[in-house]
Amino acid sequence: MRPDRVTSRASGTNPSRRSFLTASAAVGGGLMMGISLPLGHSKAAQSEGFAPNAFIRIGSDDAVVLTMPYVEMGQGTYTSIPMLIAEELEVNLQQVRLEHAPPNEKLYANPLLGVQATGNSNAMRGAWKPLREAGATARTMLVAAAAKRWGVDPQSCRAQDGAVIHASSGRRLTHGELAADAAKLPVPQNVTLKSPEDFKLIGTPVRRLDAPAKVNGTAAYGIDARPPGVKIATLAQSPVFGGRVKSVDDAGAKAVKGVRQIIRLDDAVAVVADHMGAAKKGLAALKIEWDEGPHAGLSTEAVARELDQATQRSGAVAQNIGDVDKALAGAATRVEATYQVPFLAHATMEPMNCTAHFRNGECEIWIGSQAVARVQAMAAAAAGLPPEKVIVHNHLIGGGFGRRLEADGAVRAVQIAQQVDGPVKVVWTREEDIQHDMYRPYWFDRITAGLDGQGRPVAWKNRFAGSSVIARWLPPAFKDGLDPDSTEGAIDLVYDLPNFHVQFVRVEPPGIPTAFWRSVGPSHNVFVTESFIDELAAAAQQDAVAYRRALLDKSPRAKAVLDLVAEKSGWGQALPKGSGRGVSLQFVFGSYQAQVAEVEVSKAGAVRVRRVVCAADCGTVVNPDTVQAQIQSGIVFGATAALYGEITLKNGRVEQSNFDSYQVLRINEAPVIEVHVVQSSEPPGGMGETGTSAAVPAIANAIFAATGKRLRKMPVDANALKQPA
Amino acid sequence: MPFTLKVNGASHSVDVDDDTPLLWVLRDVLGMTGTKFGCGMALCGACTVHIDGAATRSCITTIDSIGTSQITTIEAIGGTPAGAKIQKAWLDQEVVQCGYCQSGQIMSAAALLASNPHPDDADIDDAMRGNICRCGTYMRIREAIKLAAQTNKKAG
Repeated sequence: MRPDRVTSRASGTNPSRRSFLTASAAVGGGLMMGISLPLGHSKAAQSEGFAPNAFIRIGSDDAVVLTMPYVEMGQGTYTSIPMLIAEELEVNLQQVRLEHAPPNEKLYANPLLGVQATGNSNAMRGAWKPLREAGATARTMLVAAAAKRWGVDPQSCRAQDGAVIHASSGRRLTHGELAADAAKLPVPQNVTLKSPEDFKLIGTPVRRLDAPAKVNGTAAYGIDARPPGVKIATLAQSPVFGGRVKSVDDAGAKAVKGVRQIIRLDDAVAVVADHMGAAKKGLAALKIEWDEGPHAGLSTEAVARELDQATQRSGAVAQNIGDVDKALAGAATRVEATYQVPFLAHATMEPMNCTAHFRNGECEIWIGSQAVARVQAMAAAAAGLPPEKVIVHNHLIGGGFGRRLEADGAVRAVQIAQQVDGPVKVVWTREEDIQHDMYRPYWFDRITAGLDGQGRPVAWKNRFAGSSVIARWLPPAFKDGLDPDSTEGAIDLVYDLPNFHVQFVRVEPPGIPTAFWRSVGPSHNVFVTESFIDELAAAAQQDAVAYRRALLDKSPRAKAVLDLVAEKSGWGQALPKGSGRGVSLQFVFGSYQAQVAEVEVSKAGAVRVRRVVCAADCGTVVNPDTVQAQIQSGIVFGATAALYGEITLKNGRVEQSNFDSYQVLRINEAPVIEVHVVQSSEPPGGMGETGTSAAVPAIANAIFAATGKRLRKMPVDANALKQPA
Repeated sequence: MPFTLKVNGASHSVDVDDDTPLLWVLRDVLGMTGTKFGCGMALCGACTVHIDGAATRSCITTIDSIGTSQITTIEAIGGTPAGAKIQKAWLDQEVVQCGYCQSGQIMSAAALLASNPHPDDADIDDAMRGNICRCGTYMRIREAIKLAAQTNKKAG
């Protein structure tokens, strides 16, 4: 809507901030570069001082080891991030090895500070400039070291294939042979980055480095940790949020073969055993009486009612352009609607788990976490230890989607481990995982638009209410009643809307913990805004693509992806009765994306998503296959949410418990997905979450095209689509 | 009562209750962590192993039901012709993302390919619909199975 602001957001976290570098001799010889990467969900999270949190070590053995705070959870980061280093350092990708960044590794002089987390689709956006600068700086220093040794002009040398070459004399020294000399040189300022036409790796499809271990069973996730002597525990937490244990009869559980110990906490009971089979059997044999506490009567309906009421009072102004009330008063047509999105569980395939060993004033933890520093801090608080006494071993993540930005599982493991002699692996059953998730918030929107005589929107007014995850997770980023996540996708539309007003009313649901969830704020806002713009097109009796396109004169990148998706999807071509196409268009996480979904709706109201075509402009593409894979993944995730996703509460309890009641799209239901990526030299945008937020409204709009029924509440209600017999 | 299990060609004696699911014997008693826990109710397929070549959900297969049958897990599936083809196709198609469900996916796909060298889309749906992938790698799983089947053709 305002291209200047949009452009600055597109370039990522904070493009004006010079990234900082240090260089020193590495322990054991070689060159060590320290880099400060931006982390967290906003600038507020970033430390102003220099505290390196990523390191490149070039060993005398030619190994290039990158230690970085971003974690691999399927998004391909462990492949695409090393590509940046390899590109600028002029080494083969195979030479680059990646290590998880531990929060307290003694090898590195500086502790990892700030909000160490992988989320908000920001790894590539954050790393794009600093890591290439680090690689280019190291390359410049290696070239200088070679030139000095040979007594030649550095300009006459170049780096290539892991070595520095002096072309005219044919001399060649590998990076490893030069690393110790390079470490003694000053760090050059303003090194030159390679220009895109010289890229050898960036933009080429590179095979995932983590794939081989994931097809032969050797990849180690948190749940696979087995420190010597480990016992296995599973637990029952109060079925009502905020309830407490009143009494436990553990006679039956203790009689189960392999059960070692029953642990009673304030609000949970755990069974420790030799193996999970015995722990589960013991848990089933426990007789637990709960004091259900103040939330025993809570229902989803009550939550929705409270949010509905909240949208009828004023909230914090998130965006204000023009004079929306005046424009509404003068509009030829007025369109009003309310929208709702449900609580959603993450249902990562790897259930929540954490292994902890509490001993002699310290605690060792094995976990797969998106936020290892948070795990360390919260585990330390739970254990009553200083953070440096908590040792965290991070692992591959069997699905994150925001769930593993939370440390509640580590806290539970510490509480249990404090009562166990030796290490204990706490594994949540799937039922516990779903019923004690921290949920994507329920949001309620009240939205009004005014159209002029030609049907063009002249006023847009939206007030929505719901939880602010940021306010809990990163308090400094919640300011004046607003946070950057809850409003993303609601206040920065691609369309030219001259009178535009958006308010957010923060309402925390009683007792129910909320959290980030793949695309979080946009997962809600893009559904609402792209459904509503579709409603406006229908009210104006105009084609949904043409209507949007007429509002995009100030947003050429958005127009380009819309045009591309219309062309590739065959927009406008006839479909059989009962089928329909729907479009969506968004700018979120620094990337533009348009989708067209094709759905088929049966007479019984069953929806089948047949095909989804996507056009994406995510700036410079680092690893094209990863971009394809992430969009495919995001679309399936969004289709699951649209068709099935819903956590409901009754009597304070979550009603869903496993994959029978909390369904996930399966292979026989999965749409054919076609992804078309626009060539661009803009900085990379985020990719991991964009497919999800765009898919939900595309599907809902396709259902409208197929049936004439507008679904303003997710997930899809088949009963509402059922045709009369 | 101790049970003797034949896993990946080796015999193991385990002393657990007779109703203990095979999954936990593999993971926690024998330390073979390639087989994954996902749901405990045979709803997601993450725990799939082969028992005498048939894809089986180990999370609901009690230890007393196995007898002298041969158990094959992801750790050894590459030693079977179908398993090796599937693993290679998985890499060629870049199927994996988080990877957690992929042990089970590969076990289901290997059993399919071993029994049906040229599965069509409906065969793939039937064999693979019990395996959930939260990363949504389904398109690539389908392509990878078809790719592995093509190598069957070449091999005659």
